[in-house]
Amino acid sequence: MPKTLLEKIWDSHVIPTKKENNGGPFLLYIDRHLIHEVTSPQAFDGLRLNSRKVRRPDLTFATMDHNVPTIGRSFPLVDQTSSVQIQTLAQNCREFGITLFDIKNPNQGIVHVIGPELGITLPGMTIVCGDSHTSTHGAFGTFAFGIGTSEVEHVLATQCLWLDKPKTFAINFTGRRKHLHAITAKDMILSVIRNIGTSGGAGTVIEYKGETITELSMEQRMTICNMSIEAGARAGLIAPDEITFNYIRGRTYAPQNEEFEKMVDFWRENLKSDYHASFDKSITVNINDLAPQVSWGTNPSMVIDVTSSVPYPEEFAKGNENERKSALHALRYMGIEPGTPITNIPIDRVFIGSCTNSRLEDLLEASIVIKGRKVSAKVRAMVVPGSQQVKTQAEKIGLDKVFKDAGFEWRESGCSMCLGMNSDILASGERCASTSNRNFEGRQGRGGRTHLVSPVMAAASAIEGHFVDVREWL
Amino acid sequence: MEPFRIIKSKAIPLDMVNVDTDQIVPKQFLKLVQKTGYGRYLFYDWRFDKNGKPISNFVLNDPKYAGRQILLTRDNFGSGSSREHAAWAILDYGFRAVIAPSFADIFYNNCFKNGILPIMLSHKEVDFMFLNADDMEIEVDLSNQQIIMAGPKIINFEIDESRKKKLLEGLDEIGITLQFDSQIAEYEKRNSKFIASHN
Repeated sequence: MPKTLLEKIWDSHVIPTKKENNGGPFLLYIDRHLIHEVTSPQAFDGLRLNSRKVRRPDLTFATMDHNVPTIGRSFPLVDQTSSVQIQTLAQNCREFGITLFDIKNPNQGIVHVIGPELGITLPGMTIVCGDSHTSTHGAFGTFAFGIGTSEVEHVLATQCLWLDKPKTFAINFTGRRKHLHAITAKDMILSVIRNIGTSGGAGTVIEYKGETITELSMEQRMTICNMSIEAGARAGLIAPDEITFNYIRGRTYAPQNEEFEKMVDFWRENLKSDYHASFDKSITVNINDLAPQVSWGTNPSMVIDVTSSVPYPEEFAKGNENERKSALHALRYMGIEPGTPITNIPIDRVFIGSCTNSRLEDLLEASIVIKGRKVSAKVRAMVVPGSQQVKTQAEKIGLDKVFKDAGFEWRESGCSMCLGMNSDILASGERCASTSNRNFEGRQGRGGRTHLVSPVMAAASAIEGHFVDVREWL
Repeated sequence: MEPFRIIKSKAIPLDMVNVDTDQIVPKQFLKLVQKTGYGRYLFYDWRFDKNGKPISNFVLNDPKYAGRQILLTRDNFGSGSSREHAAWAILDYGFRAVIAPSFADIFYNNCFKNGILPIMLSHKEVDFMFLNADDMEIEVDLSNQQIIMAGPKIINFEIDESRKKKLLEGLDEIGITLQFDSQIAEYEKRNSKFIASHN
């Protein structure tokens, strides 16, 4: 019987117990476990409490990203509670023999940036992390998903998880982007979430397919898979191809040379949905007329074209009274009037970073927009590279200078203002054009107002002090 | 984990869709290294103003709802971040069950790990419960998968058998999995080439 990519990865990871005969849940083997300082301390406590050890420390990798400062990294950190959390992770990794890329390590960075960058993430694997954006790794043809701390403890102790088999959801992209630099992967995924809603993918793993997808770079594919969770999906997947294999080849933790090429042969042969495989659900999205997307509300489905105006709650809700109330609430929080052209809305801050859009290509694209220009006097703008490696590479080609000359702050790597667990936050009422993934209330700081955009849109908005159609710039 | 027993309580109605885990526990409270004590941070930014004073028109601050053990809410509850702190806060505040038409996947899972019962009902049933939430006594009987209200009005709900069993017995899931140690070891042996880390 023809199988989807998810089904192939799933079947090859189920450990025989008797439960699968009754329809589940299934015991699934986990190939890689990524951990960070915020969602792991209680899991290690649980292990100690029950005198358990980590089954496969060699398959577990740790870094510090969520609450690390992006300036002033010498210990003791100014923020003492963050300091304790960071030191707790270091202590736990020492005690249990886990590889840690700590705050001083040249491989430190956002967990979903460094996994792929170091070749820890490989096609066909199962990968988990106590972070919902683990879906990012699906760009490699990997079944990767976020888990809670109890499950982190479970994976540490057993290298397995009990799971119900997710449903499969195919999103077929057709058409071509009219502006290869101005219309980005971020716009593609925002438009999907806008269409299917924040629970449109619930209970499913989305496989992104079609020629439009195969033309994307790995960075762009990661942006798309990253935001699968914003559509409520368990994970996102893209079948690996030559672009994937070329990206991985030679990376530190990947198999090397002949051994790698043998793996590639296997991946090429096996890691794709069969032609006749049936999905539980599928849609087609044509991107010929896709415009740059900007979010206006407080969840990632509240998005419009940059050429449009902020919708009226009735218009957004399409007859759903609960959604109407939610849009009304969102407009009040965001402090904007329906009917306002989005390009008329002034911004105070710009954040280029996060596991969605902080890789070298993201920074490079944004730098093209700002080169030779100056950030508006009314705007404070910041670039937070996704990892120390991204930062070093960017500096090698002079991007730090381009950003700094334009008036951007150039920081050390981490999650930073995407979730504001460090001191990089918005003040109440401040409005931010952000390349991150969540525009939830208070996400970037209590009372802060987040508008999700692509890196090039964020860059252009920084220059102008309000949203602009970046197609006119590139 | 405490075994799940029958709950008898009224519900607190939180009439909002898409309540994300950033609202359930804002990020400034994720820096703690323990599992307990998060109840005071539940819905913090909605419950307290920036000076820490209770915001009077938020439901949790309404004295008539004090001490209720059931949270009644709308679609897609618990979306966004995977933070289990959200489940810890709900439990620590005193809730043992959350009723909604739908939940986000990760949050739904996290509930079961902490002895909280998330119940999915139809929109119509949830609407009915909202209409009557203020005064209606509710009995949640997990064994029989029933919600029993005055009348009596009975609503049956669906739940996965293995999850139900774990809640009712308060089982240690890791302990159960470790009983499959030989199967896991066998899997690792068979697939060592694919699993191996290369450095």
